[in-house]
Amino acid sequence: MQRTKGALREAVGDTVRPAVAPPLHEPTSELLRELVAHLRQNRTQLREEWVERIAQAQLLTAMTQEEIFAEATSVYDSYVAALETGTFEALQAYARNLSERIIPRGVETHEVVGIVLLLRDVLARSLFAKYQSDFEKLNRILDAYEPAANRIANTVAVGFVQERERVIRQQQEAIRELSTPVLQVRERLLILPIIGVIDPQRARQLTEQLLRGIRTNRAKVVVIDITGVAAMDATVANHLVQTVEASRLLGATVIVTGLSPEIAQTLVTIGVDLGKMNTVGDLQGGIEQAERLLGYKVGALN
Amino acid sequence: MQVPILKQGNVLIATIQAALSDADLLELRSDLVLQVVRFRSAGVIVDVTAMDVMDSFASRTLLEISHMIRLRGAATVIVGIQPEVAFAMVQLGLTLEDIPTALDLEEGLAYLQQKAKSIN
Repeated sequence: MQRTKGALREAVGDTVRPAVAPPLHEPTSELLRELVAHLRQNRTQLREEWVERIAQAQLLTAMTQEEIFAEATSVYDSYVAALETGTFEALQAYARNLSERIIPRGVETHEVVGIVLLLRDVLARSLFAKYQSDFEKLNRILDAYEPAANRIANTVAVGFVQERERVIRQQQEAIRELSTPVLQVRERLLILPIIGVIDPQRARQLTEQLLRGIRTNRAKVVVIDITGVAAMDATVANHLVQTVEASRLLGATVIVTGLSPEIAQTLVTIGVDLGKMNTVGDLQGGIEQAERLLGYKVGALN
Repeated sequence: MQVPILKQGNVLIATIQAALSDADLLELRSDLVLQVVRFRSAGVIVDVTAMDVMDSFASRTLLEISHMIRLRGAATVIVGIQPEVAFAMVQLGLTLEDIPTALDLEEGLAYLQQKAKSIN
């Protein structure tokens, strides 16, 4: 009993299952060794069967047959290695690496989980076939195999999802950086074109970037152009008012341009106090007014 | 901590150099109101660059300084409010309505000069 438990712990890490095996039988590590030997022996055949099942289930359609076969081989070997050693780091690293390669090609989570589960099923079937005459032994083999197999499936799925989340976070970051340019068009004149949906988080970021921009460019006038903003709610409108006031505290005048008819109506209807805001119809008018404020006089030559 | 008040031409410059207690702020207020006429200054600049917190008492005192100095016949400019402080103030509703503000000391002086020119 004691031996069995120890072996189990060694085989599947900290997941200690109640020892179901009768004490007279071989310990789990031995069963796993036998299992691994079986999987190595039938590597070619099982792997082909698995690839076939993947094709049948129409998974990984974004990849070519050869690619699937190559990846399947690596996954199969890592899988067997994980069963053999009971450690999952190598598999985890491989799963992350695989995800990195296939995520850009549009492979979905259900496909990755699907193929790992298929492999688990293919291997289980082969075990049924091998031990069909000895039901007792089959049971014990499955007792050793299942927890390890489930943990492998888990590891691969989690690795994939984590990688995906990392990519998403990275892209969000990039979009956020790109979406709030503060541009200097003249000495002491900044433009902040806002395009797209403004949520409170983005509004906050816009304000921070603008205030920092005013300071670093020593701006006196800022034109905020919201032509590209389709809708605005009370929270965002109030945030805009706050941005205007904060800019004034830094000594800069703000001109807001490009309020669409819909936004104008919404703002008046919800009763946002825009009294302190200096608004001009379009960006051109806004820049012209800004130039006047700064004392520029622009006109055609001759 | 006392706030030094420098005379530069016809402008008084008070540079706050550290966080001030309420008593310090009140002392600054009475000093400025006293000295603005003694030196026959046309303008007062309060430089708050070093303040990284502006609470309601501080901003109310700045407002009062500005109003009192106007009654004494001069203009006040607040300069050097940090971006983070500015946004925090606005969120607390402390917008220093109708006090002129400027980015830094240089801008503040330019503003007062401009104003003097437009009067003459």
